[in-house]
Amino acid sequence: MLRKLLIGTMLAGGLVAGYSATTYAAGGSVEVLHWWTSGGEAAALDVLKKKLESQGITWKDMPVAGGGGEQAMTTLRARVTAGDPPTAVQALGYDITDWAKQGVVGDLSDVANKEGWDKVIPGALQNFAKYDGKWIAAPVNVHSTNWLWINKKDLDAAGGKAPESWDELIAVLDKMKANGIIPIVGGGNAWNAATMFDSVVLSLGTDFYKASMVDLDPAALSGDKMVEAFTRLSKLRSYVDDNFSGREWNLDSAMVIEGKAGMQIMGDWAKGEFVHAKKKPGEDFVCIRFPGTQGAVTFNSDMFMMFKVGEDKKAAQLQMASDIMSPDFQSSFNVVKGSVPARTDVPDTAFDACGKKGIKDLAEANEKGTLFGSMSQGYASPAAIKNAMYDVITREYNGDIDPKEAAKELAAAVAAAKG
Amino acid sequence: MTQTRAEIAPILARTRRAPKEVLQDLLPKIVLAPSFALILVFVYGFIVFTGFLSFSGSKLLPDFSTWVGFDNYVRLFKHPNWIVSLKNLAIFSVLYIVICSVIGLALAIFLDQKIRGEGLLRPIYLYPMALSFIVTGVAWKWFLDPGIGLEHAMHQLGWASFSFRWIKQGDMAIYTIVIAAIWQSSGFVMAMFLAGLRGVDNEIIKAAQIDGASTVMIYRRIIIPLMRPVFLSAFVVLAHLAIKSYDLVVAMTDGGPGTATWTPALFMTKFTFGRNEMGMGAASAIIMLMMIFAIIVPYLYSELGQKK
Amino acid sequence: MSAASQDVATRNGIFARAAIYAVLILFAVYYLLPLYVMLVNSLKPLDEIRHGNMLALPHEWTIAPWLSAWSTAQIGVSPTGLKPYFLNSVMMVVPAVAISTILGALNGYVLTKWRFRGDTVVFGMMLLACFIPFQIVLIPSARILGLLHLAGTVPGLVLIHAIYGLGFTTLFFRNYYEAFPTELVRAAQIDGASFFQIFRRILLPSSAPIIVVTVIWQFTNIWNDFLFGSSFSSVDSIPLTVALNNLVNSSTGVKEYNVHFAGAILAALPTLIVYIVSGRYFVRGLMAGAVKG
Repeated sequence: MLRKLLIGTMLAGGLVAGYSATTYAAGGSVEVLHWWTSGGEAAALDVLKKKLESQGITWKDMPVAGGGGEQAMTTLRARVTAGDPPTAVQALGYDITDWAKQGVVGDLSDVANKEGWDKVIPGALQNFAKYDGKWIAAPVNVHSTNWLWINKKDLDAAGGKAPESWDELIAVLDKMKANGIIPIVGGGNAWNAATMFDSVVLSLGTDFYKASMVDLDPAALSGDKMVEAFTRLSKLRSYVDDNFSGREWNLDSAMVIEGKAGMQIMGDWAKGEFVHAKKKPGEDFVCIRFPGTQGAVTFNSDMFMMFKVGEDKKAAQLQMASDIMSPDFQSSFNVVKGSVPARTDVPDTAFDACGKKGIKDLAEANEKGTLFGSMSQGYASPAAIKNAMYDVITREYNGDIDPKEAAKELAAAVAAAKG
Repeated sequence: MTQTRAEIAPILARTRRAPKEVLQDLLPKIVLAPSFALILVFVYGFIVFTGFLSFSGSKLLPDFSTWVGFDNYVRLFKHPNWIVSLKNLAIFSVLYIVICSVIGLALAIFLDQKIRGEGLLRPIYLYPMALSFIVTGVAWKWFLDPGIGLEHAMHQLGWASFSFRWIKQGDMAIYTIVIAAIWQSSGFVMAMFLAGLRGVDNEIIKAAQIDGASTVMIYRRIIIPLMRPVFLSAFVVLAHLAIKSYDLVVAMTDGGPGTATWTPALFMTKFTFGRNEMGMGAASAIIMLMMIFAIIVPYLYSELGQKK
Repeated sequence: MSAASQDVATRNGIFARAAIYAVLILFAVYYLLPLYVMLVNSLKPLDEIRHGNMLALPHEWTIAPWLSAWSTAQIGVSPTGLKPYFLNSVMMVVPAVAISTILGALNGYVLTKWRFRGDTVVFGMMLLACFIPFQIVLIPSARILGLLHLAGTVPGLVLIHAIYGLGFTTLFFRNYYEAFPTELVRAAQIDGASFFQIFRRILLPSSAPIIVVTVIWQFTNIWNDFLFGSSFSSVDSIPLTVALNNLVNSSTGVKEYNVHFAGAILAALPTLIVYIVSGRYFVRGLMAGAVKG
């Protein structure tokens, strides 16, 4: 199936005007440190491996899974300290910037300029993929976090209309509760609760999201609107069953798939779970933007950050970067992964309904200037600040502190982490 | 102390100094030297390095260009998660060490009563120590989860009022970690006590029996007091496992619900490698080392000092 | 086996014995529970796990998860299963255990039979090494391995594991040899036996129990290590624990719990076998001195 998709999208890729593949290397090898080790995502990455191999480049696989990349970053520290960095490393958001500051990353500007990356990659992504004016990373995809995944049957039983505002959402949740199911699931760990919080904050306005999550404005962090955000988070929590704690997001998804739970707020990687369970968008489940966030997107993007390597490996590294950015790879990879291409010029023909919506929303948000880095995925603030926020959010979600205290502590924790 | 040792220590006569003799004299030290040198560098050198780190403004990687004094320590002790970690360590280590010792001793005594099937039971008690917590933690997590584990099973068996949901409760979750930790190491402690029991001198017990002491009395007054060195060994092994407890917490709760089950080892790892706060991570490591040394050094001193 | 405490035992009433058996069996259940959870769920199809109740026996028995974990599950980009990583772990564990055990034996020998001024301090310092959290040595170790050009190699991993095992192996052998009669050593010396001859001919032949304890301890710790394995290995030397972690820790993909549990048991088999086969010697070895101090 994968191969068929690949061929289909390669054809689609070929239609993109003005794109020409470049060949940099006819040999050599790349060592790739990443944490995509499970079925779907590894299969997606295998597309890249095969492509490189067809160009005579050996793929040396160095997978280290765990903690959403935390383990891989630990390994990376050891590798860099030992003076033996991998060719390419999967990385997220501010981690890329932080590594760039250490002066250990490579320079992709040659290939980027030649292939015109500046024109096809959204500016919000370029902020991370470039450092000091130089391209240092090749973005593979764009995920967005402000999605709501609803079981279609449960939704039909609760009126059938997908909620478009906070009040409508609450109405649907109430109906689902009356129907005897768990209305919403999520927030089992800090990361999961923070992913929900992304959407809740965004639903209170794009300006507010930018001021609080991206600009870290103390007034926005501690203000009334933040209290309201926490109140909404708690409100959502009140519809979640009591066993949520410690439950992985994919088990949440399973509950939605089975109809035990009505809905889940989660990034579009959740689609993989639905598709894997042979569910179809529109028929078995509904994907909508979190009520009140249509038109805006909180993104995260998986990138391959390139490290400084010896001259002998340089050509293979550039080839890898070029392959990652090729439209055919961007399409075939993202069809498998559930995300959308990082390039804005990739045709959506191979994608399902949710994928098509994702591509459209991304382009729209990019144009309107409402494309923001996701706080929960490390695209809004550096790791220290992100995790300081996690602490407060998860404690509020678990009822350890109330919304007012949470807003106050959020501002304090961010201030402390900055110092 | 050194003097007494010096009197007994030289087994070699040091009167003749033929070259071969000198070599013989030096050989033991030459044999020991590489190990000691490696330990000096890889343990003590690195501790000193960590000490320096804790006074630096290191973030992603070691960075000795900015010095922040005691800043990292101040921030550490102001951080709510560190306070939670210390509190949890206190609860966890006390319960873990006491319960493991009690269970270990009890099982060893019971197993020492000419039990049929000892050969079968012993490996059952011991095997958890052989497993890595990467996946065993998931098994525990599921078992303790009220929705799918024990509580669910009891409800299905018809015991509807059965409730066991500690792992979901912020104030109780740390105790579930104690349960799993005891599972992992109490068998090992049992083996230590069993070995100790089997090493007890027959004659003492026979004498007590002739004096008409009851079984319970013999254990309480004679055998258990004889186990003192085992208690100490068990204490050291358990204390260091308690302070280093990381895998277990990550696999079972990853610090949740909320931040309820953070421990110092989790704190150190998360701050050093996850939050790019290497300076603060190093500060927490130094505090951990100080706690470990505060426990181990007096023990070593008494053990090594009293021998002769 | 000493009959001392067992003499006490025979005087117990039948009632007390029944109670003792009950307690022992109850604890056996406690110890076996997680293994049971892992085992039954590794024999279920994934759908059945999704439907809940982790404690129930499978409705539909299947060994597919085991086959998948062994040879077809996705570890990195290639669907190789855990199979190829076994050898990597063996290549790392065997020399590391051998080196740390031999060095530990020699250290124990020197520290008890060839005492010198300050030997207690040396021993104390080596023992304290058991207690440092490994996370703090990660970065400096990486630097040194890099300088030695051993980063990402099997010898590098062996070196690190051997070093951080030295504290425990030295402790075990030192305590064991402490109880070994020094007179024998002295007599051999008078007969003109050399340092190594005494070790080989006199101490080593009676060291079997403590060697068993040390090897079990080291084997288990190194086999199960994840931190060093993930930091200091590279493409050709990834140990089994790192592979297992990659199998079970997907970030944003479907989690096949049945395969995870099967993989976990597979990865633990060598240590489980070592424990079960040598459990008897383990207690004997501990008895012979390892717990004395």
